[in-house]
Amino acid sequence: MKARKEAFQTEYSFSRAIKEGSAVVKLSAVILGLGCLVRKQLVKGFMLLFTEILIIAFMLREGIFNLKKLITLGEVEQQKVWNEAKSIYEYVEGDRSLIILLYGIITLAIVLCTLILVRISVMNAFRAEKCVKNGKKPPSFYEEVRELFDKNLHKTLLFLPIAGVLIFTVLPLIFMMSMAFTNYSVENSKLVLFDWVGLRNFKNMISFGGSLGKTFWSVLGWTLVWAVAATFSNYILGILLAMFINWKEIRWQKFWRFCFVLTVAIPHFVSLLIIRQMLQPEGAVNILLRNIGFLGAKESLPFFTDVTWARVSVILINIWVGVPYTLLQVTGILQNIPGELYDAAKVDGAGPFMTFRKITLPYMLFVTMPSLITTFTGNVNNFNVIFLTSRGFPRAVESTAGKTDLLITWLYKLTIENQYFDIGAVIGIMTFVTLSIASLISFRLSGSYKNEEGFR
Amino acid sequence: MKFRKYPFKKKVLVTLAHVFLAVLAFIWLVPIFWVILTSFRGTKGSYSSTFIPTSFTLDNYKKLFTDFSVFNFPQMLVNTFLIAIISCLISTFFVISVAFALSRLRFRSRKTIMDAAMIIKLFPGFMSMIAVYYIFKMFGWTNGPMLRVAMIAVYAGGAGTGYHIAKGFFDTIPYALDEAALLDGANKWLTMTKIIMPLSKPIIVYTLLTSFAGPFKDFMLAKVLAGPNKEYYTVAVGLYQMLDIEYIDQWFCSFAAGAVIISIPIAILFLKTQKYYVESVSGAIK
Repeated sequence: MKARKEAFQTEYSFSRAIKEGSAVVKLSAVILGLGCLVRKQLVKGFMLLFTEILIIAFMLREGIFNLKKLITLGEVEQQKVWNEAKSIYEYVEGDRSLIILLYGIITLAIVLCTLILVRISVMNAFRAEKCVKNGKKPPSFYEEVRELFDKNLHKTLLFLPIAGVLIFTVLPLIFMMSMAFTNYSVENSKLVLFDWVGLRNFKNMISFGGSLGKTFWSVLGWTLVWAVAATFSNYILGILLAMFINWKEIRWQKFWRFCFVLTVAIPHFVSLLIIRQMLQPEGAVNILLRNIGFLGAKESLPFFTDVTWARVSVILINIWVGVPYTLLQVTGILQNIPGELYDAAKVDGAGPFMTFRKITLPYMLFVTMPSLITTFTGNVNNFNVIFLTSRGFPRAVESTAGKTDLLITWLYKLTIENQYFDIGAVIGIMTFVTLSIASLISFRLSGSYKNEEGFR
Repeated sequence: MKFRKYPFKKKVLVTLAHVFLAVLAFIWLVPIFWVILTSFRGTKGSYSSTFIPTSFTLDNYKKLFTDFSVFNFPQMLVNTFLIAIISCLISTFFVISVAFALSRLRFRSRKTIMDAAMIIKLFPGFMSMIAVYYIFKMFGWTNGPMLRVAMIAVYAGGAGTGYHIAKGFFDTIPYALDEAALLDGANKWLTMTKIIMPLSKPIIVYTLLTSFAGPFKDFMLAKVLAGPNKEYYTVAVGLYQMLDIEYIDQWFCSFAAGAVIISIPIAILFLKTQKYYVESVSGAIK
């Protein structure tokens, strides 16, 4: 970490610019682009200045108003007013908290951008000043554009993608997360006008006493059980299957692999919907079992209606979906395990189980740890397998979450279907916290993350 | 050693192993067989009293392309195509730019950006999606043509965080090439466009194909965004709706037909590109 900082250390830092720069440099923090204009970098100077004027105009016209409203999230309720002339009630638009919240967050983002612009302005002024002091000409606009395709190529390449992520991922995330601190919910009809409530939702969520807390802990528990079971069952079974197909006595290895890989190639939602259909009480599997006489004419297995059956079913379905992925992934790695290791183990008298536990598994774990962590994360957020098969059912009447609901499907049900946005947002944050803790632990344990640059 | 010459015990063992594999393969392939059979099934309705249909017909396929009373399948295909093409161009551009910058350029905020991308990935992607939906709804963009823009924005807008596979590919190109080009006086832009990109055609094609397949496979996002606007359904949403209690009796076999129709191209795309997928996940320490 330190070495990296030093490697990219430049003589231009913001604090130094403020400390050592002349009055012009310092003034550039207030009048953006001043430093550039003084040093005859006109295009850049005017661009900065123009942006500043735009921002100030926006802030005066709307920004300050937006920020002020963000504090209360609006207070004026929609009102019915008696109109004498038309002799009807007319509705007068009240405040709409959701819009206030969004505009407030956008305004905050613009303020943040302004701070970045201030930094850019000051740094540019300082750099130009240094150039003049050293008897050089400050770089012209043309030269700086050329730099963008050479020394600063990363800025050119990353600008649009990062802007995309900020606008379409980060901003919405912050918007959604801020709802966790409000009472925006269908409860007490707070859908139009709502208020900040601080950490109240979080308290309700993690307290064991309340009905919400009880649901949360049971859903979290099942999510973790599911994620661990789904990840490791796929992993172990996938490795075993790959080893089995790799066994030298097996003919047509390519054909067998193809059979399994074919299921990966089909869009997930299609295969999951098909499996759901097949496992219905009157679905193909029950019909098949009746036809072969395993079940009576009216009997059917309760794949998605009994709690234990449903939980086992979704894990088995996930094995069906996931094992071919593992197979694809590990076949190559398995063939790379040095053969001497196995020979040595044989000489030492280790049985097949021992060799698997002491050689194959550790080697595989070492190589595939990062992708195993990704799989775990993916399983915690595995919306499709649950939503398209069991739909979270069976569900107790008084609860909003079913027995096979994961945090993510519960989030969907609470927000999209039932409009408890505040609680939904809390669940989203809790999922993030769970995942961060889990991946932090596993990254620490694996250590392969640190060696990213090792091979170069 | 030939199979014939094996001792009896080993013969049994090897045969049993093959039988076991065949059973497993059967289990894995049953749903696929079943959906293909159902797509040709002559009798209507979601359930059939026999596993293998009693009569076969092409009507289910015909219905998809002629009966527009409830679902307009060709329209869904066109919608999905439009969205897929535009969003795959944008997201490939984003992914390749980010991957190249993070793999072959060294700059101060590089590690920070990679860490930030990892943290963003830990949030349920779904959460930002719901928020995007409500933002677009506030602007009144969730019904009408802006819906397509919304879908493209969500599919492609945040694509930059999915750079890992492409970065892994760029990491394997020897750095000596860049150094040689720089010595010859090329700037980094020229090095990228004239030296590295021509070598990276496979990964560009891979990124294009996978992001093109995205809207065909994704169902969640399109469902939330499109809501009740049938004319903007993508194939995935349309197929899902066919299983709705209201329609399932009439449309179930056509659902199977639609599933077969979109699975074939997606499966071919996948089988063609699986090499890169395998390389990227198995060489995971990169």
